[in-house]
Amino acid sequence: MTQAMTGAKMVVQALRDQGVEVIFGYPGGAVLPIYDEIFQQNEIRHILVRHEQAAVHAAEGYARSTGKPGVVLVTSGPGATNAVTGITDALMDSIPLVVLTGQVPTFMVGNDAFQEADTVGITRPCTKHNWLVKETDKLAETIHQAFHVATTGRPGPVLIDIPKDVQFAEGTYTEPRRARVAHYQPRVKGDMAMITRLVEAMETAERPIFYTGGGVINSGDAATQLLRELAAATGFPVTSTLMGLGAYPASGEQWLGMLGMHGLYEANLAMHDCDLMINIGARFDDRITGRLSDFSPGSVKAHIDIDPSSINKTVHADIPIVGDVAHVLEDMLRLWKSRGRKVNKPALAKWWAQIQEWRGVECLTYVNSDTIIKPQYALQRLEALTKGQDRYICTEVGQHQMWAAQFLGFEAPNRWMTSGGLGTMGYGFPASIGVQIAHPEALVINVAGEGSWLMNMQEMGTAIQYNLPVKQFILNNERLGMVRQWQTLLHGGRHSHSWSEALPDFVKLAEAFGAKGIQCKDPADLDDAIAEMLAYDGPVIFDCLVEKHENCFPMIPSGEPHNKMLLGDASTDDAIGSSGAVLV
Amino acid sequence: MAALNIQQGTSKHSAYDLRDPNADAIERHTLAVIVDNEAGVLARVIGLFSGRGYNIDSLTVAEVDHLGHTSRITIVTTGTPAVIEQIKAQLGRIVPVHEVHDLTVEGASVERELALFKVSGTGEKRVEALRLADIFRANVVDSTLESFVFEITGTPQKIDAFADLMRPLGLAEMARTGVAALARGA
Ligand SMILES: Cc1ncc(C[n+]2csc(CCOP(=O)(O)OP(=O)(O)O)c2C)c(N)n1
Ligand SMILES: [Mg+2]
Repeated sequence: MTQAMTGAKMVVQALRDQGVEVIFGYPGGAVLPIYDEIFQQNEIRHILVRHEQAAVHAAEGYARSTGKPGVVLVTSGPGATNAVTGITDALMDSIPLVVLTGQVPTFMVGNDAFQEADTVGITRPCTKHNWLVKETDKLAETIHQAFHVATTGRPGPVLIDIPKDVQFAEGTYTEPRRARVAHYQPRVKGDMAMITRLVEAMETAERPIFYTGGGVINSGDAATQLLRELAAATGFPVTSTLMGLGAYPASGEQWLGMLGMHGLYEANLAMHDCDLMINIGARFDDRITGRLSDFSPGSVKAHIDIDPSSINKTVHADIPIVGDVAHVLEDMLRLWKSRGRKVNKPALAKWWAQIQEWRGVECLTYVNSDTIIKPQYALQRLEALTKGQDRYICTEVGQHQMWAAQFLGFEAPNRWMTSGGLGTMGYGFPASIGVQIAHPEALVINVAGEGSWLMNMQEMGTAIQYNLPVKQFILNNERLGMVRQWQTLLHGGRHSHSWSEALPDFVKLAEAFGAKGIQCKDPADLDDAIAEMLAYDGPVIFDCLVEKHENCFPMIPSGEPHNKMLLGDASTDDAIGSSGAVLV
Repeated sequence: MAALNIQQGTSKHSAYDLRDPNADAIERHTLAVIVDNEAGVLARVIGLFSGRGYNIDSLTVAEVDHLGHTSRITIVTTGTPAVIEQIKAQLGRIVPVHEVHDLTVEGASVERELALFKVSGTGEKRVEALRLADIFRANVVDSTLESFVFEITGTPQKIDAFADLMRPLGLAEMARTGVAALARGA
């Protein structure tokens, strides 16, 4: 059935045919025809944010917590440029998004028209792919292709720029099944010869480790299930990147905790000393590897990734396997079982004994206080008081983010939304809005720093308008803490512009928007205050005044190998010079 | 590869590891990339090279299949073996890219480039230029009493050699197309 309709109507029809339920957006001149169509229907819900960057982060939160693509609609020029940070964030963290931007009419493109920007030019390096649609007849097919590209292979953001005259003109609608997508079909099955080599290595490995990443979560629930099954069957230890938390449960016995710059001692030392590293959907990011030349010097490295360009990019893979995590794990597990479920039991026992010893260091130990709330303590209490609930955690970027990764446990995938690759301050609050839209009944908490939170605080309006009970748990150290920590450790304690001065009264700020504000500064009051936050049915800003100069440890300074980790005494001002900082 | 001129160990003072991981031998490779002939595809390819710091020694592009709307981009690039592998993998990720061939490793191939040379001069030099052009099988496509325009086809090395000879004889201007290359055999 072919149908004639306007481009604007086509947009809404194509979104509907793609199963889209929610879009996050902000109107403007160049998208008025599309907004007019949105007004005249009720199937697709539009969430009006307060800034286009927030629309993209909200869509990211929606996508990461559901596994479905997030959809964004913004106007030309400033609408599009405001979205760029979010789009780049989604590219770095492989989040599927479809971003629709309005553009000036085709006959004005190139004339420096009002609110014209070269949107496809600006976003070419920060999208997986993008399109400028010049004919209404091609619009629907392009939208269907966009969903295919965003969600196939390594997911990522795509953008469609739609000039206003294309939205007004009539054209023929193309149904999803008629859209040509055949050319873009990345391979999902891994090479059996390589998988066999990996299984052989697993059978004899003395010190194996699973190093898992966001790719496990992106691959879907089957991948998570298979990872858990494989880990249980082999008894190998499991660590994960920041992006992969939740794929293997934090309560699992083989869980070593997160690895990397602020990862756990046992995880990093196991990575350094292993003889078989099985990278599943991670990408040897520099926050993970530290000094490349000393990265896990004695190990055979297997790397499973759907993106061939991830393999051998920075670290040589001895056993490269291009494919989708779920497909490859399925083949691995089947083959390993059919070959007799062999592992090197005696060696594994010794390996675990070694790991046990490392665990004994208790690297997350900090000096608590009964007068000041330590940020770690605040997170431990948050963890204790929300445990067992199906809870979704977002974060901003900074020390609080790393402490959240260290002190909160994730039992299931898609429950942890954080900006890993780009490290975007201002990500967490709008992301929490997207998560809450997707899961209206769930407990959604954004663990924030006061600096980051202010970057998208205008979204209080969105939270109130849509009655979203998102909990903004701000670890307020009145510092750009992570910057301050680097200055303390690496720049002689010269804390150049890393203060958060002139902070608002967060309780009054909450009240000004019609939300609830809670401030807590005494450790003795913390549990009650958190309980009050959790009990309140509506958005809450929780201003948790914490120790101002706490440093986040463990820490591997950049360019150092994994076994040169700082385990500093938490409240020192000059950790590298002090005796509290231990070079292991 | 613009080697980072930073000493080992200084990276400790940065949030990033600044040492060049690819301090290896540099190779020259000729890549043939088959792409959809659509708006922006060349910008994607060039943007990949500039954005990731890869080299382009030469680049040619033209539609080669008018029905299928596909173009062939021939890129001559240099880099360490690891960088060359990355370039191919990164090119392969671009959505409108159909195929990436490394002609340098996929068996024998032929490479040709076309160049136009304007050589100005009179007397002995003019005669000598014409004589050398003949040896190089360059054609005269324009002439005045004081100049020739030669057209020459060949490998980049042959064109370089011809340019070296023409320079003392009054080489005024030159235009080169960049390399076109095909694998040999059926
Ligand atoms: C948009 C953006 N600008 C700057 C930075 C650099 N940066 C990283 S962490 C940080 C401090 C964050 O402060 P805050 O949100 O208060 O968190 P804290 O570290 O104190 O927990 C800064 C400025 C960034 N990551 N993102
Ligand atoms: Mg702070």
